[in-house]
Amino acid sequence: MTTLALKKIEKRYGATEVIRGVDLNIQSGEFVVFVGPSGCGKSTLLRMIAGLEPISGGELRIDDQRMNHKAASERGIAMVFQSYALYPHMSVYKNMSFGLETAKMPKAEIDKRVRKAAEILQITQLLERKPKQLSGGQRQRVAIGRAIVRDPKIFLFDEPLSNLDAELRVQTRVEIAKLHADIGATMIYVTHDQVEAMTLADRIVVLRAGVIEQFGTPLEIYNKPANRFVAGFIGSPKMNFFDVVAARQQAGKTTLSLAGANVAVPEIETTEGAKLCLGVRPEHITTDAKGGVALGDMTATHVEHLGGQTIVYGRLADAQSIIVTLDGQKTVQAGDTIKVGTNPDYCHVFNTDGLRLCE
Amino acid sequence: MTDIAHASALDDARASDDANKPSLIGRTLIYCILVAASFVMLYPLLWMVSSSLKPENEIFSTTSLIPQNLTFDAYRRGWNGLSVSFGWMFFNSLMISVLVVIGNLISCSMAAYAFTRLQFKGRGFWFALMLGTMMMPQHAVLIPQYLMFLKFGWVNTILPLVIPKFFAIDAFFIFLMVQFFRGIPRDLDEAAVMDGAGPLRIFLKVILPLSTPVLATAAVFSFIWTWDDFFAPLIYLNDIEKYTAQLGLRTFVDATAQSDWGALLAMSTLTVLPIFILFVLFQRLLIEGIATTGMKR
Repeated sequence: MTTLALKKIEKRYGATEVIRGVDLNIQSGEFVVFVGPSGCGKSTLLRMIAGLEPISGGELRIDDQRMNHKAASERGIAMVFQSYALYPHMSVYKNMSFGLETAKMPKAEIDKRVRKAAEILQITQLLERKPKQLSGGQRQRVAIGRAIVRDPKIFLFDEPLSNLDAELRVQTRVEIAKLHADIGATMIYVTHDQVEAMTLADRIVVLRAGVIEQFGTPLEIYNKPANRFVAGFIGSPKMNFFDVVAARQQAGKTTLSLAGANVAVPEIETTEGAKLCLGVRPEHITTDAKGGVALGDMTATHVEHLGGQTIVYGRLADAQSIIVTLDGQKTVQAGDTIKVGTNPDYCHVFNTDGLRLCE
Repeated sequence: MTDIAHASALDDARASDDANKPSLIGRTLIYCILVAASFVMLYPLLWMVSSSLKPENEIFSTTSLIPQNLTFDAYRRGWNGLSVSFGWMFFNSLMISVLVVIGNLISCSMAAYAFTRLQFKGRGFWFALMLGTMMMPQHAVLIPQYLMFLKFGWVNTILPLVIPKFFAIDAFFIFLMVQFFRGIPRDLDEAAVMDGAGPLRIFLKVILPLSTPVLATAAVFSFIWTWDDFFAPLIYLNDIEKYTAQLGLRTFVDATAQSDWGALLAMSTLTVLPIFILFVLFQRLLIEGIATTGMKR
């Protein structure tokens, strides 16, 4: 069981800083997901942990041992690549045994490990085939198998599901979660898909432009996003952001003025007249008044019927756009006017810098 | 209704297809012209083979390709005509060609691997320099090279022909392999690095096994060029026992005394035979090579 610590990790390509001072502590057996938009540096960070990229500054410690200059194979790490990177000219068996052969392990031991991993991943019948004779999902499992046989302390996954079709993605996601439950090793997983992040992670690292925006459990990130970026990144459809003005502070409540309506939220530290941003997730907006906080009237411009949900796109009275996700099948049409409201617990307030204001 | 419409559409398609194909007469004409052109191209080669089977006096007397008196005498004369059996010269050619192929494959692949997969100072500079050597004509470096081998004491041995090939001097093959290696995804290298493989193991176990097409191309071209090479053996081989087949052929043609044309043509036929067989086996490879590089020599 292995801990991983990143202390002020930096990465520069020439004069360009790609990773700027990342601090991270990953516990033993944790499943951590690095998530963020394209170009945020999550793959670079992963590759620095793997040893495929040199670290420009800071320290990488595995089990409290400095690993900055240790070769990739000596770090006790195995990696599953986005493109699987299977050796095309070798059979599945040889693909999985290549690393162990390089380490000069006895043949009997190699055979035992390969067959055990093949059994876990249900690819025993594929051992003699070449990669080009396998489907995408099977290749993926071979790539994971190649990592498992090395019995590493840490598994690294670099967007492993992005080359699979939607259905296979869901299936494989479940399998990876099961794998983690079975093996229990520390796993670091990079993805741009926030659904994968939410479903697989013990904790999520949200990255943007080489900086960690927030590090927490999926529900922490969902319920208490540290800033506007994180709030907008997690959750689909995206969280609604309304420009509001702080109208009044009184008795443990702050009133925000939104499109003519007054929205009362739990007290936040602000001055009257300050321009703020109110965030409410589409799934937290209701058409009945039960929430207690009225957001005003919205005019629907477009409706999507998913069967289990109805997504209504529209505009508030002051032309700010709003998205509402309603349960079940609702008879809403474009052009309808609906009264929408929410619950004060679901209101997130951000200042002009994007920082979270409520507690 | 739809069936009729569908059938008539099919008929239209078939009719237009027939219209685009040349008529029977047209096709016959085209084939005749092509066969005739091929015959004209092949005539010298066919003449050589047929003349090797004719008695001496018949060779220049007729242009007919069919020998009136079929005889294998020219082959016997050619084989034993020189002070050394021609078989020895074939053996020398073969040995030099095979050694050159081995040398080229080993050294050029390693050089190409270094240029594409290894980082070292001045890599770009050395790569450009290597490409620059391709532009040097052989004749310009001939004299300094000869003097150098003279100093080494290698003249009149096959060493000047073979040893340099083990040092990656054929920039053409290095370049060919560089282009090929660039097409091998770096992901594989990285996966091998994660598996604990060093650069040599990656080269031997990952890159080379995937490079059989380019290695085959380099081997075939190497062999053909070395087998056909007349100039370098001429410069460096003095004793007739060391002659290659090409040099051996030249000895049949003497400016002063009578030349034994029959023997020459017979041995030429035999000399061309390995290249012919190689071509038949690897023709797709060779044509691609000529088409993409424009090089026949």
